[in-house]
Amino acid sequence: MYDFAYHKPSSVADAVKLLAADPDAKAVSGGHTLLPALKHRLNKPSSLVDLSGIAEMRGVRREGNALIIGALTRHHEVANSEEVKSAIPALAYMAQHIGDQQVRNRGTLGGSVSNNDPAADYPAAVLGLGATIHTSKRKIAADDFFLGMFTTALEHDEILVAVEFPIPEKAGYAKMRNPASRYVMAGAFVSKGPKGVRVAINGAAACVFRQSEMEAALSSNWSADAVAGIKQPADDLNSDIHGSAEYRAHLVTVMAKRAVAAAG
Amino acid sequence: MNAISLFGQSIRRVEDARFLRGEGRYVDDLAQPGALHAVFLRSPHAHARLLALDVAAARAAPGVHLVLTGAMLAEAGIGGLPCSSVLAAETPLVKPDHPPLALDRVRHVGEAVACVVAETAHQAEDAAELILAEYDMLPAVTEHDAALAPAAPQLHEEAPRNLAFLWHKGDRAAVKAAFAAAAHVVEADIPNPRVTCAPIEPRAAVAVPEASRLSLIVNGQNVHSMRNQLCAAMKLPPEALHLVVPDVGGGFGVKNVAFPEHVCLLHAARELGAPVRWTARIGEDYAASAHGRGLHGRGRLALDAEGRFLALDFDGVAEMGAYLSANGPHCPTNAAATAMGGVYAIPAIHMTVRGAFTNTAPMEAYRGAGKPEANYIIETLIEHAARATGQDAAALRARNMIGEFPYRSALGMELRDGNFAPRLKECAELADRAGFPARRAASEAKGKRRGFGLTAFLETARGAFGEWAKLSVSPEGDVTLAIGTQSNGQGHETSFPQYVAHQLDLPMERIRYVQADTDLVAFGNGHGGARSLHMGGEAMRQAAHNLLAEARGRAARLLQTAPDTLHYAGGRFALADGQSVTLAELAAEEPPLEGEARHALDLCTFPNGAHAAEVEVDPETGECTLCAYTAVDDYGRLLNPMLALGQVQGGVVQGIGQALLEAIRYDPESGQLLTAGLMDYCLPRASDLPSLDIALREDAPTEANGLGVKGTGQAGCIAAPQAVMAAIRDAVGAEITMPATPEKLWAALHGR
Repeated sequence: MYDFAYHKPSSVADAVKLLAADPDAKAVSGGHTLLPALKHRLNKPSSLVDLSGIAEMRGVRREGNALIIGALTRHHEVANSEEVKSAIPALAYMAQHIGDQQVRNRGTLGGSVSNNDPAADYPAAVLGLGATIHTSKRKIAADDFFLGMFTTALEHDEILVAVEFPIPEKAGYAKMRNPASRYVMAGAFVSKGPKGVRVAINGAAACVFRQSEMEAALSSNWSADAVAGIKQPADDLNSDIHGSAEYRAHLVTVMAKRAVAAAG
Repeated sequence: MNAISLFGQSIRRVEDARFLRGEGRYVDDLAQPGALHAVFLRSPHAHARLLALDVAAARAAPGVHLVLTGAMLAEAGIGGLPCSSVLAAETPLVKPDHPPLALDRVRHVGEAVACVVAETAHQAEDAAELILAEYDMLPAVTEHDAALAPAAPQLHEEAPRNLAFLWHKGDRAAVKAAFAAAAHVVEADIPNPRVTCAPIEPRAAVAVPEASRLSLIVNGQNVHSMRNQLCAAMKLPPEALHLVVPDVGGGFGVKNVAFPEHVCLLHAARELGAPVRWTARIGEDYAASAHGRGLHGRGRLALDAEGRFLALDFDGVAEMGAYLSANGPHCPTNAAATAMGGVYAIPAIHMTVRGAFTNTAPMEAYRGAGKPEANYIIETLIEHAARATGQDAAALRARNMIGEFPYRSALGMELRDGNFAPRLKECAELADRAGFPARRAASEAKGKRRGFGLTAFLETARGAFGEWAKLSVSPEGDVTLAIGTQSNGQGHETSFPQYVAHQLDLPMERIRYVQADTDLVAFGNGHGGARSLHMGGEAMRQAAHNLLAEARGRAARLLQTAPDTLHYAGGRFALADGQSVTLAELAAEEPPLEGEARHALDLCTFPNGAHAAEVEVDPETGECTLCAYTAVDDYGRLLNPMLALGQVQGGVVQGIGQALLEAIRYDPESGQLLTAGLMDYCLPRASDLPSLDIALREDAPTEANGLGVKGTGQAGCIAAPQAVMAAIRDAVGAEITMPATPEKLWAALHGR
């Protein structure tokens, strides 16, 4: 680990100021990706802006037909929130199946979504539910937020403050875990609701993406059978020692089918 | 003697009180005032010429006391660590030099190139980044078959075609004749992938300069042989080097040997006159310690018309890595040969093994060391034979199991005891093989595939032969046991005093346990090969006998009686008239009161058993669930059944890991290590396992030692892979190689 300065602001405004003042500063929340990278000297920020002291970024609340979840809300809290469990059970289920208990006690919604790891869980829920990202300066639709591997629409001095999840009629999530890391090998988050029918695929490609062929099929027939025959093209999918692109393509269909079945 | 004998009691581990409270003392926990920190710069390339190494900026960096290079070590007369393997090879073993720091060539990713010593680890890391190493990249070869091909990149000039050795054993002509006359011949390619030991505690050491010698505090498994290796590399007499081992967080073989880093630490401490410490990162251990297994080849089994085994032939290649580790060549050859053919009567056996140098980390013993490979070969061939001849695999096994003892194997092992066929039958019953069709039907009703595997194993346990122990009685009546075996988590601190207390008829609390210190232990062969209670137990038994004989003589003189008139119990020699003297009194009267024993016992014990695995495979994803695991094993008499069971459980889990999850993978093009940590190297987790149903039977004690015990340490690892793989093949109806990853199973089920 290299030396860095450490700041712990107590408001979003102060955090933004710190980031704006230093192009090499990095915001940190749960730290699951950043801290190992620092330990391996793979990242060299001049300062860390620790967001964990910002009370306004915590908590789950319902506003009309949406859940607004603060960026610092931990996976364990989302998984066990009565509000989430009753409004979007698939989201609570997804949070309950991220990593292990230690990870869920430390990792946050905002950290996972801003990091946009291709094998993370949350981006699938955000895209699959058609959520809206609330940042320190604007609101961004999920469709415009995830730009590529570890890349989002967030600017350097912009902080993800909360995510607004529209409450769907139905939603489901299914994934297959990488046997070693337990990150997602291929997963699908499906929903039917105010944002239409959405199928978001994670783990399989460089970035979470919507499977439009499956969305069209489910729009006319919401059933697992409707997606069972749809083959995801293997082009551009990830291929590594844990799974070839062809295998991942196959898993996309299986997970989509299971997600629809789970959604009911 | 004790009203209830301590032998056979499941006494709980005394060492766990400190481990569970976080009070264990591991190398990295030990305070070492004034210690400097070492960091190693390592090769990023699999194969390259090292053209230049500019360490000037690193030397000038803040806090840096020393930057060692290969040239400096050579100048100081320091050479490579020796490979101690001896092979009766057709093409003799080539032992290329392995400088502790690379001189002009690097041959695997992670090979140490320079060692930076600074006041803090942070400063040492900063300085290491300032070293300018200029490489000229060479083509690399990481696959064993490719390495032996004519046009392959050459690792060592003295080893043409990367051939480390060509070795064979057995009667080639007899095997050939048997195959020619056989009614059935089955053959199969049987790879056994390279894996890593993955102890929870990485390698760590502190080198400490003392007045007239050097001391190394290290998490090793064998202080005496490690000292010998280090003395050979550093041209030191044994008395100039002291090794001591504190608590160790697992070894499984990799910590049996000295490593180049240890040489560098010792030399740096000597040069600087200050302690120098180092703890490997996980990635350093995965890339630059040693790996295990990696024996691949073609097996053939000949059967007569009735299904009796006639001959076994194996022709394989053993991965050696870029350099030879101390026991690297020994495991796939000499060690594997001891268990070749497993528990079966096979009149003729022949094996050929070629060692291949590749641009990968060196190979060392890993729990079982050759025996898992040998058992996996015969057990896999039997599965093939059962299918080819349409016979029930269990019946085929039972028909061919050795039933009369002593039995001399075709490769010269003298088996003395065992109840092989009854174990197989009992295991089938405990695993409810009869109920399997119904369970399979239930799985199929859910769209799943289910498979059952029942296989056997033979362990040939001994490790290095000969052991030493000494018992010393203090005037207070405490007894110190010093012994040359070593625990690195197995619980010897409990079970060995338990045995001594049993022998001396004393409470366990009176026994102090000393291991792993070349000052306090005169001789020893440490850990490895499931040898500790076999070799160490016999040394303790003899030492206790010698102690009591000496004490009895003294007591007789003191009480003015004949020795055989004395009755011994509870630490006291007594006469019928009530006169008595205690061990403590005898020790106080004329110190020291000791019993010492050093034996040269070279017999093996033959742990064995039958293991059954049941799996369910999801055909949609290829994911495999291990639903049940049953074993019936024979480890002779059990000193502490709970600790014995723990050893078997741990071994079984590592064997399951090999079957389902684990493999070290290199990129064949770049030679980069793709599994450099737990994100990509898949170790078994508790959630991957069913409850292990393991029964231990004591009806065949061995006469190889005075205790009747057989080695438990490696057996599970030797037994589990074939049981799990047999179940998987049964479930998917196809040949599958280890590790049985979901993609492999999915591909097999979908004809891809």
